[in-house]
Amino acid sequence: MKILVCIKQVPDMESRFKLNSESNWYEGTDLAWRMNEYDEYAVEQAVQLKGQVGDADLTVLSIGPDRVKEMMKKALAMGCDRGAHIADDDYFKKDPFEIASVIAEFAKDQGFDLIFTGMQSQDRGSGQVGVLVAEMLDLPSITTIVDFAFDGGQITVKRELEGGIKSVIKATAPALVTCQLGLNTPRYPTLPNIMKAKRKELLSIPISDLLKVEGKQETAKMYFPEKKGGGLVLEGDVADLTDRLIKILKDKTAVLA
Amino acid sequence: MKTLLVAEYRDGELLNSSYELVAFAEQLGAESAMFLVGSDSALPTYNGTLYLADVGKYGEFNPAVHKQLLLDAIAKEQPDMVVFAHSSYGWDLAPRISLALNVAHVSEVIDIVDGVPVVPACNAKLRRNVKAKTNQMVLTLQGGAFGLEDEPSGSPTVVSVDTDTAAQVEFCGYEEAEAGGVDLSKAEVIVSAGRGIGKPENLAIIEALAKALKGEYGASRPVVDSDWADHSRQVGTTGQTVSPKLYVACGISGAIQHLAGMKKSEFIVAINTDKDAPIGEVADVLIVADLKEFVPAMTEKINNL
Ligand SMILES: Cc1cc2nc3c(=O)[nH]c(=O)nc-3n(C[C@@H](O)[C@H](O)[C@H](O)COP(=O)(O)OP(=O)(O)OC[C@H]3O[C@@H](n4cnc5c(N)ncnc54)[C@H](O)[C@@H]3O)c2cc1C
Ligand SMILES: Cc1cc2nc3c(=O)[nH]c(=O)nc-3n(C[C@H](O)[C@H](O)[C@H](O)COP(=O)(O)OP(=O)(O)OC[C@H]3O[C@@H](n4cnc5c(N)ncnc54)[C@H](O)[C@@H]3O)c2cc1C
Repeated sequence: MKILVCIKQVPDMESRFKLNSESNWYEGTDLAWRMNEYDEYAVEQAVQLKGQVGDADLTVLSIGPDRVKEMMKKALAMGCDRGAHIADDDYFKKDPFEIASVIAEFAKDQGFDLIFTGMQSQDRGSGQVGVLVAEMLDLPSITTIVDFAFDGGQITVKRELEGGIKSVIKATAPALVTCQLGLNTPRYPTLPNIMKAKRKELLSIPISDLLKVEGKQETAKMYFPEKKGGGLVLEGDVADLTDRLIKILKDKTAVLA
Repeated sequence: MKTLLVAEYRDGELLNSSYELVAFAEQLGAESAMFLVGSDSALPTYNGTLYLADVGKYGEFNPAVHKQLLLDAIAKEQPDMVVFAHSSYGWDLAPRISLALNVAHVSEVIDIVDGVPVVPACNAKLRRNVKAKTNQMVLTLQGGAFGLEDEPSGSPTVVSVDTDTAAQVEFCGYEEAEAGGVDLSKAEVIVSAGRGIGKPENLAIIEALAKALKGEYGASRPVVDSDWADHSRQVGTTGQTVSPKLYVACGISGAIQHLAGMKKSEFIVAINTDKDAPIGEVADVLIVADLKEFVPAMTEKINNL
């Protein structure tokens, strides 16, 4: 069985963002980078599936500059067999359609039985790439899964809907699923596995080998939202802060009455 | 400008979010038509053309087939924009449509300024204006961004759509959220724990503050996903919607899916180490502090009142 998992590197959302000089994206320097949270669930599910079927080869793919290799090593240490790094310093100017086209171009002749992606990225959050890849490869795709089972070529998943309701869906491999938070419990790589990961294949492929389309949209402008909420921001010493909050709660609410 | 609004139907009913699409078209001053895989026994109150496919025949969730039905409606209607809710139905179907039409696709739109869609980025810390390079485009709208002011009225002119496309997946039914646990909607005070609590042991300090305020404790999704709290305590789009007299968000960043569940609270206090956390947008008071220090100190003061 052949499995593919696609992961994206995103900045830590607690970072203090600055705009780049063209004001069309955030500045990439001084940010802490990590694996997109949704993709951690995707990697874990792929590794679990490999564990279940035994005879499987699991490729992790990421598009981005050199720094994404650090994150890919984590995926290899979690249990992926090989890495395909699609090297692109300019990746941020690509829209979801271009990113999906590159992944589909990479995957098209390789006969993957299952492809895992995150349901969305934390920074951009289009929630498009997974479905687009599947449509390009003419595979069934199921989005927002919170439960996954595989049995003899058949997958049974639960899709999460609004309000905590789920729907149960079956499909036949080859197929693609997009992973939602809480799907499983992503493992922490152990030290021996981190050492082993260093010897695993991590190929770099220039994006020009795989990019054959043009984007359909671009960021005209990026900016900070205007602060609408006239909320009070309190900083300082904890003892003082508690006193101030108690006074506010007494004045503005009835909860301390 | 012509829009085609993709309404949603679930478990035998039209979803109210469908009317937010109508509000969007009105705000834009655009003409509209609607598409629905639904039933003529639950028609939307809407003045205009409704392309209706029979849910009894095609099912509520059947992406490959819904895609073909919608493409047929698009071919008849020739809209400039195909508009979905950014919901589990919308984000699933929209990319299939944009790819088939070969057009730009902008997700989670919160506003349109001078014809250009505006979307959030980085957990709503930033905004982006997105320029489409194609004439036609596909949009999904963030829930609540385009509210309807008046009760919708009217009745549609129905045009049936049909297809013999084969399904790609099999829908086997719905599973309700587990019943039981606490009923947060009855609590007058809710103190919620977010990922900022760091470890499960720290839930105790959140619970203690909730108790001191005679309320219940709630949680954001990561806390529930990690099994630190029961799902009945989750606040947000995939949990409970609450509107207590006081909501205290401890170590919660304020993602849109969390805000959707609590922003109608009467008074909101947030405790966060990040002064720029988006929860600040809805909070009446944002306390910039480490919750591990602030929360126990606050509990003690209240208990000594
Ligand atoms: C520093 C930076 C600058 C950027 N600047 C711009 C800009 O100027 N204009 C613009 O339009 N966009 C910009 N982007 C965003 C752009 O690169 C998007 O990330 C890309 O189009 C994919 O869309 P998405 O993240 O919304 O994907 P989604 O559809 O939300 O992602 C879903 C899933 O697809 C997979 N996936 C997504 N991206 C990758 C990837 N790179 N490699 C492997 N798998 C992936 C993952 O499994 C992910 O969970 C920028 C991003 C960064 C980080
Ligand atoms: C379809 C869908 C449905 C979803 N449904 C829900 C839902 O129903 N409910 C929900 O909550 N989420 C939901 N989510 C997830 C949501 O997008 C966010 O990922 C989630 O709300 C983040 O939870 P958080 O704020 O606790 O964690 P984070 O976003 O990680 O934020 C943690 C916060 O804690 C702060 N912090 C860290 N340490 C401290 C400290 N010592 N003291 C004080 N502050 C500290 C940080 O500054 C940060 O702001 C959904 C997502 C999707 C895609």
